[in-house]
Amino acid sequence: MDKIKIVIIDYKLSNLFSVEHACKYFGVEPIISSDWNELKDADGVILPGVGAFADAMYNLNDLDLIAPIKDYIESGRPFMGICLGLQLLFTESEEFKNTKGLDIIRGQIKKFSSIKNEKKIKVPQIGWNNILKKNNADNWETSALKSIKENEYMYFVHSFYAVPSNQEDILCVTNYEQIKYCSAILKNNIFATQFHPEKSARKGLIIYENWLNKIKYGK
Amino acid sequence: MKTIRIIPRLDIKGPNLVKGIHLEGLRVLGQPADFAKYYYENGADELMYVDVVASLYERNSLHDIITNTAKQIFIPLTVGGGIRTIDDIRNVLKAGADKVSLNTAAIKNPQIIKEASRTFGSSTIVVSIEAIKENNGKYFAYIDNGREYTGIDVMQWVKKIEDLGAGEIVITSVDREGTGLGFDIDLVRQVSNLVSIPVIAHGGASNEENIADVIKLGNADAVAVSSILHYDFIKHNNSEKTSEEGNVEFLKRGQTFTKIKPNSIKNIKDYLKFNEIECRN
Repeated sequence: MDKIKIVIIDYKLSNLFSVEHACKYFGVEPIISSDWNELKDADGVILPGVGAFADAMYNLNDLDLIAPIKDYIESGRPFMGICLGLQLLFTESEEFKNTKGLDIIRGQIKKFSSIKNEKKIKVPQIGWNNILKKNNADNWETSALKSIKENEYMYFVHSFYAVPSNQEDILCVTNYEQIKYCSAILKNNIFATQFHPEKSARKGLIIYENWLNKIKYGK
Repeated sequence: MKTIRIIPRLDIKGPNLVKGIHLEGLRVLGQPADFAKYYYENGADELMYVDVVASLYERNSLHDIITNTAKQIFIPLTVGGGIRTIDDIRNVLKAGADKVSLNTAAIKNPQIIKEASRTFGSSTIVVSIEAIKENNGKYFAYIDNGREYTGIDVMQWVKKIEDLGAGEIVITSVDREGTGLGFDIDLVRQVSNLVSIPVIAHGGASNEENIADVIKLGNADAVAVSSILHYDFIKHNNSEKTSEEGNVEFLKRGQTFTKIKPNSIKNIKDYLKFNEIECRN
């Protein structure tokens, strides 16, 4: 497929500049939209996100995007979530006393404790950290992480992290101050990262390239 | 263990990259985009742009610089200097910045920290502090590049910044900035130990040992560096497109600043890793 339609969902919270330019870097002109109609014939959809979980769910609901996102994912077409865009896929978040999420992936979003073993830890985590294979995971090379080495550094900015109910949904893990957490998920057509590939220099761009190439060429 | 970030800081005046001493006496060093691209390609973990004059009439040129940089550089970009309102923040983010740093606006109206972090997310809002040490050992916050005294105690201010929801703090020692005398480690340690949000140390680095010290002894989470990297860049590149505006004599003479030991990000990181400080390859 030469020309593909990639939609970046704009729910009025995130900074979409770098997500847009990461697509453009690989010759794809994405459509940035809040209009659920755009999802109908999209070849790939990106749900980015920075900010508060509850505000995001409020805006998605307000823009009538919840059912269309679920329908889109149900259709089996490629979907990428980034940062808050990963977290929103889960059942609920403990931010502001349990807020319901999209409930597409079963599990909870929890907050990093700023005290661990009587030692103060910095929250949010802001900076580079390694992505590691989950035990026995064989899905790495079939995902958009293909050709990325284990232990590679990616850029993270977050105070909350995902705890999937099904271990099979975990694609890679990361350690932050002795807390091991899920840093990316892969479930059928859903690929989502807690880190920001579009902020992770060349290695992050490879993830975009892999994801877009799979849509363009099917591999 | 946490991974330490090395953040090249680019002070911008009009179209030019400049560097001063104690935030004053600005020298023109070249085009910001050239430096930004070089640092990105050579292992910078983030970039920080500071509009040092922050004149409103030059705002558009800053937005152009941000946009041109952000289009080709896929690491986080923080922009500060002269950002006063929620709309200013929105415009800078729209131009391609990932985070904004506030100083004067936050001092004059601390509630902007709360409003901005609610609107754009905590991690987008960085508060920058220009600290000057008094003879009694107390640190006070200044604004306007260290020129205007505010009477605000730095240690009380950092607690408040955290409570209001900022995501990070940049602590600049005006006493050390541009001097090459090393970081004010005591200042950074006091600030870092008071808060749970990351602290970026800035001001005074002359070599890689200073950087290792402020991380190990000062508990810095990240380090903003300019002179060391800029003078290294100039040694290896001819920045031909330098505007003739401003103080360019320094550049033309091909001098470097004797107290500063120019060095590359890669060499600095190799030194840090050798000293068991974790950083990205």
